[in-house]
Amino acid sequence: MRGGWFGVLLFLCLAAALLFLTLPIAAIFVDSSPGELIDSLGEQGALDALWLSLRTTAAAIVIILLVGTPAAYLLATRSFRGKALVVTLIELPLVLPPAVAGIGLLAAVGPSGILGGTLDAAGIELSLTTAGVVVALTFVASPFYVRQAMAAFAAVDRSLLDASRTLGASEARGFLRVMIPVAVPGLAAGTALALGRALGEFGATLMFAGSFQGITQTVPLAIYDRFSTDFAAALALSAVLVAVSGAILLSVKLVQGGAALGGWQAD
Amino acid sequence: MGRLWWLLLLAVCAAVAAGCADDDNGGGGSDSESPTRLVVSAAASMTEALEQCGPEFGTAETADVKMSFAGSDELAAQIRQGAKVDVYAAANTRLPDDLHADGLLGTPVEFATNEFVLAVTKDSEIDSVEDLTMEGTTMVIGSESVPIGSYTRETLAKLPPDQEKAILANVRSNEPDVKGIVGKLTQGAADAGFVYVTDVNATNGELRAIKLPAELGPQVTYGAGVVSKSEQQALGQRFVDGLTDGACADALEEAGFGPAP
Repeated sequence: MRGGWFGVLLFLCLAAALLFLTLPIAAIFVDSSPGELIDSLGEQGALDALWLSLRTTAAAIVIILLVGTPAAYLLATRSFRGKALVVTLIELPLVLPPAVAGIGLLAAVGPSGILGGTLDAAGIELSLTTAGVVVALTFVASPFYVRQAMAAFAAVDRSLLDASRTLGASEARGFLRVMIPVAVPGLAAGTALALGRALGEFGATLMFAGSFQGITQTVPLAIYDRFSTDFAAALALSAVLVAVSGAILLSVKLVQGGAALGGWQAD
Repeated sequence: MGRLWWLLLLAVCAAVAAGCADDDNGGGGSDSESPTRLVVSAAASMTEALEQCGPEFGTAETADVKMSFAGSDELAAQIRQGAKVDVYAAANTRLPDDLHADGLLGTPVEFATNEFVLAVTKDSEIDSVEDLTMEGTTMVIGSESVPIGSYTRETLAKLPPDQEKAILANVRSNEPDVKGIVGKLTQGAADAGFVYVTDVNATNGELRAIKLPAELGPQVTYGAGVVSKSEQQALGQRFVDGLTDGACADALEEAGFGPAP
């Protein structure tokens, strides 16, 4: 065997990690029978939660892509004073506990937050509304995308863009027609990460948007709501979330093959 | 550099192994050097009171008292799922009674009462339950499964049906515990909510409590017991006894809880 006892150690560590990470997920499926699963999903509250999660996550992803892609492009292609600080600030929500995100959103755009009066005057209500869920999801998920998109743009061979410029294309055209198509695998990987994070968001949503069926109760909140009263239903919804998240991850890997892995490694 | 990584890897693996080994004998309490551990799961509404007296009880008993506060129903569900908890103190008597009936909790005792009130922000114009029916009033209440939520629904069901319907239509969030309701109200995210008077007291004037007419207000009695699987039966029982007589009883009274009925 290559590496002798060191190889054995590496193998044992990997086996321990694999077991630890897959056991809870396997337990969700072992603990719920397919019949129970389908029954629980027929319930109106569960359907409402799934539909709401899909809508709010889709809205958040659209916002993240529209604003995050050009922002990431700028960060990847220009250098300026304080760029490291800007990147760090954008990445900060990655390491923030969701509860901190919830408190921060309340303090910033909640009714008594620093922008609360301004928003109120403009007739915009965020806390305890569906729009508030989208705000919370966008806040926690966007750094996952921007970080990945930056890496993807930075990895593109600059001579491609230069060639398009030489041929008379504007920078905007070069960005849309050259940079984005070439960076697509990395952008897709970033989108998948952001999608997964948004689908699973719990703490910031509960603190900022509350929990109301069909309005602000996303799937993770619905799971928590059922935890004490209907464990089978909580398991069923969890199984759906695992399946959807797994499908997102898998589809990205399948579509781009090795490119996704390369994108994740690039930094 | 290579050596550094290698050492780091070794340290992580060793830590994992040590963690597993620790878990193996940790439950047996064979480690006579460390103080006995008492895990208390208590309703979120008792947070302030029990955080005061818990350490005091721990010092007197030379025990390490660990407290976990959440909605009573979540805590009960954790015990049903086999969480290693020694004492369970709930914001009603039904949840401890249910656990007792299923053999998971020793005979529960009633140790305190609380007053169910309507909470509004300090400068709110709301003065009665009837005011809640106004369109545009926003409310946050407890979710159905948590005691504060079932008290709320019980109370609203005593109103004329059209009033009940109008009030429920104004609900914007069903929170998993009282802290969520109080937090949303103090942040101005909603106008009113139903909580316990002790929660309003704990906000130091941020919120105002509106008493409910006697025929409307439910009797809120808190029940506690020692978890059947606990290895700290005697110590757990002393903690439960202390809720009616001792430092914790005093702290509860100071927070505004009433004596057991």
